[in-house]
Amino acid sequence: MQRRDFLQHSTFAVGALSIPAWSNGVGDWFGALTPIPTADKKRLADVALDAARSAGARYADVRIGRYLNESLAARETKIQRITSSESFGAGIRVIANGTWGFAATNDVTEDGIAATAREAVAMAKANAVLQTEPVTLAPQHGYGEVSWRTPIEINSFEVPVSQKVDLLLETNNAALTAGASFINSALYLVNEQKYFASSEGSYIDQDVHRLRPAFTATVVDPESGKFATRASLGEPMGMGFEYLSGRAAGKIDGPVTTVYGRYYDMVEDARSAATQAREKHAAKSVTAGAYDLVLDPNHLWLTIHESVGHPLELDRVLGYEANYAGTSFATLDKWESKSFRYGSPIVNFVADKTQPTSLAAVGYDDEGVQTKQWDLVRDGILVNYQATRDQVHILGETEGQGCSYADNWSSIQFQRMPNVSLEPGKDPLAVRDMIAGVEKGIYILGRGSYSIDQQRYNFQFGGQLFYEITNGQISGMLKDVAYQSNTQAFWNACSQICDQRDYRLGGSFFDGKGQPGQVSAVSHGTSTARFDGVSVLNTARKV
Amino acid sequence: MTLFSETDARRLLERMLAFSRADSCEARLTGRHGGNIRYARNTVTTSGRVANATLSVVSTFGQRTGTASINEFDDESLERVVRRAEELARLAPENPEFMPFLGPQTYLETSPWAEATATITPEFRARAAAAGIAGATSSGLAAAGFLQDNASTRALMNTNRLFAYSKSTGVNFSVTARTADGTGSGWVGRSYNDVSKLDVAAASEIALQKAIASQNPVALEPGQYTAILEPDASAPLIRNMLFNMDARRADEGRSFLSMPGGGTKLGERVLGDGVTISSDPTNPEVPTTAWASDGRPLTPVTWVDNGVVTSLFYSRFWAQQQGVVATVPPSNIIMSGGPDSLQDLIRGTDRGVLVTRTWYIRTVDPQTLLYTGLTRDGTFWVEGGEIRHAIKNFRFNESPVAILNNVDALGRPVRTGGSLIPPMRVRNFTFSSLSDAV
Repeated sequence: MQRRDFLQHSTFAVGALSIPAWSNGVGDWFGALTPIPTADKKRLADVALDAARSAGARYADVRIGRYLNESLAARETKIQRITSSESFGAGIRVIANGTWGFAATNDVTEDGIAATAREAVAMAKANAVLQTEPVTLAPQHGYGEVSWRTPIEINSFEVPVSQKVDLLLETNNAALTAGASFINSALYLVNEQKYFASSEGSYIDQDVHRLRPAFTATVVDPESGKFATRASLGEPMGMGFEYLSGRAAGKIDGPVTTVYGRYYDMVEDARSAATQAREKHAAKSVTAGAYDLVLDPNHLWLTIHESVGHPLELDRVLGYEANYAGTSFATLDKWESKSFRYGSPIVNFVADKTQPTSLAAVGYDDEGVQTKQWDLVRDGILVNYQATRDQVHILGETEGQGCSYADNWSSIQFQRMPNVSLEPGKDPLAVRDMIAGVEKGIYILGRGSYSIDQQRYNFQFGGQLFYEITNGQISGMLKDVAYQSNTQAFWNACSQICDQRDYRLGGSFFDGKGQPGQVSAVSHGTSTARFDGVSVLNTARKV
Repeated sequence: MTLFSETDARRLLERMLAFSRADSCEARLTGRHGGNIRYARNTVTTSGRVANATLSVVSTFGQRTGTASINEFDDESLERVVRRAEELARLAPENPEFMPFLGPQTYLETSPWAEATATITPEFRARAAAAGIAGATSSGLAAAGFLQDNASTRALMNTNRLFAYSKSTGVNFSVTARTADGTGSGWVGRSYNDVSKLDVAAASEIALQKAIASQNPVALEPGQYTAILEPDASAPLIRNMLFNMDARRADEGRSFLSMPGGGTKLGERVLGDGVTISSDPTNPEVPTTAWASDGRPLTPVTWVDNGVVTSLFYSRFWAQQQGVVATVPPSNIIMSGGPDSLQDLIRGTDRGVLVTRTWYIRTVDPQTLLYTGLTRDGTFWVEGGEIRHAIKNFRFNESPVAILNNVDALGRPVRTGGSLIPPMRVRNFTFSSLSDAV
């Protein structure tokens, strides 16, 4: 079947071609907004599964995906770019002779899919001669035909482009009016229309939405030749356009600036950013030494990501990522001991692929496992990892954890981080009360520079905003701040965690892993937390 | 079929442009096929073959532009992507920085295509992995490696009669060897346009030797040391510095090349005397396509001449504003060196730290180009001209501007990624803390 024939089966697509954007009543997107009919995808998926079986595969899965991206970029008063992309294709993964094989194609016809399935099997057989660890796949029953959709209020792709343009220009205008010399802002919108089918009898249709707002405001002091920046405190979210509504319910009046939870006010934040970037020029350069750190969720999520999320990926622990991202200090013997103190007794980390509004939330992962929540660190002790179906047997588990992901139809799925979050403190504690208890400290907000070694021991983090705490009071803004620590020492220095009222999600839209490299989006929830006696360095240099 | 011949690319783009109703339209057609094999713990883990093609269309009405892309090429899809780009352009505000598309251009002849790379088979990849694994197995080490090859075609056409076409190939191989007890780790990386230059077994041997030699590392006090940086250690820092040589940011006062009180450091001595950095798409060691994504020709450019900044790169808009030639960002980096090998540099070192590679490099301060990162997979103490023993990995906080002002010796440039970088010995490299990572 040729693509043209396929379109004729897909009444939406043919219809959409004749409907101009300005008359369809749902914004400006046309073409691929309406997903391909499930029956068409099921028929094509069955072709792939049959061809793989006939060629000798004992297991096969196929992912037929249409990936939509829209992005807009603005600089000062100008829109620089409005881009819309769509990519459609199928990836087929098989086990033959105990070995994985994978092939992908954009020729989504019955012939194209069948040929690609046979190619995946041929690849598995070619590699099987080198296989010393035949694949052991955890059992998974077929779910039949099921579906899942990100619970969004407003589909970003149905929001008129003019509204997105206005938001960015208003954001930039707010920063310029407040004294920014320059501002770059952007919106990134993602819709993954994913169909998964396996030889185990699952046919899973999912419609996943994410978005990311971003800006950086810069203030230049021409006299000194210095410049200072402040980036957005908004986060990427697994939500629709409602995240950008700026609703009051999303705002938290913090000790130094407004921070954002469920909803984000990009314009207000840009105004604050310009003011704060200007303040940085006059800020005191930090004196290096040991400080108690008070870390806002819009900063701490990244430290969690790097020092807890990545080291507890089982494929890293086992050495499968040794050649790129690295291995992990959190070795199996530490887990087996049931006494490895990852953090202080108040530290509890949970893996979760179901958390509403989070970036990693889906109904089923990319190897057909229904998603769930599980403990990684409980009362400070390492208790589990993140693993795919072919690795959970190492942990003595008999079912997948639901954390397999591929970033495109053309990429092979592998273990990717679920949302990994720090549970809020059990006792009532507000941020102002936490700060009041600190004698010599630094309050840090926002994502800055970040770097960690390949086994996740030694890390260094910067931020967007730094405030000195002296005898329980915020005593002024600091600059040139970065802290260095070691993962286990850092989490064991965690002495307080604010309660549920301060719990917020932060996240990464482009977490990189694997060869060839893939990105994934993942959130990390936490409340503001305190870490005692952390080494802070001064990063000012003259060149 | 996802690679396009020049004739097929021209036909498809003409067919697409026929749908355009915009004031002007430009389209980029990229075709790519390739494969990869990945192994770890001395066994193959994944491998794949991917073929895809993408058409990206930019439509304009006056100073309004919209961009849309698609990977389906029947007439309906082509019309759909053109209409989408036009819709976005109609909805976009006018951009006063809009530049009309280029007309016909003349390009240099370059040779980034190797038939041997374009015709790699799954069996070839399996044999390469087997060669990498065999050495590790016989040495009692665990190897994790990755081989990736690709062949691609690119074409650009617009309504101002510009047509550009190129094809290129590339192969990348890297392997990390680790001792069974996890106390030693070594790495090697290779990158070529032509796979016939790749010797997986010989490259792997270096990673194996480094893994064994890096066991039982000694902890040195953090501080300033003479450092011998292999090309893979310095290349990411140098690359980051080149990416920051944007003229507009320098003119606007937000670059390491901005001057207090206004103006830029173009023409100023910013780096050490012997430091010369250029780019050249025709260089036979690191050939690239001869045109940039907007159709501008890539030509040889000297960016730094004996420490003096001689060129910055420009967008077409900013070059027009400044009344200068719109120098294109580099497609490769070629840093001059001397005749010495890495071994010669080691032999000439009294006391210093030998760094195999650097990792997880992030900007700490864009004003000074201060970066942080770590050493990895083979860090050694050199004394009296010889490698004495392994040392624990360091975190560093350093600027390539400082590094390239402290160059003591440069060796013979070798290819790393798509660039030619010499091994170098530098004074006063700042290592700021120890890492337990192996």
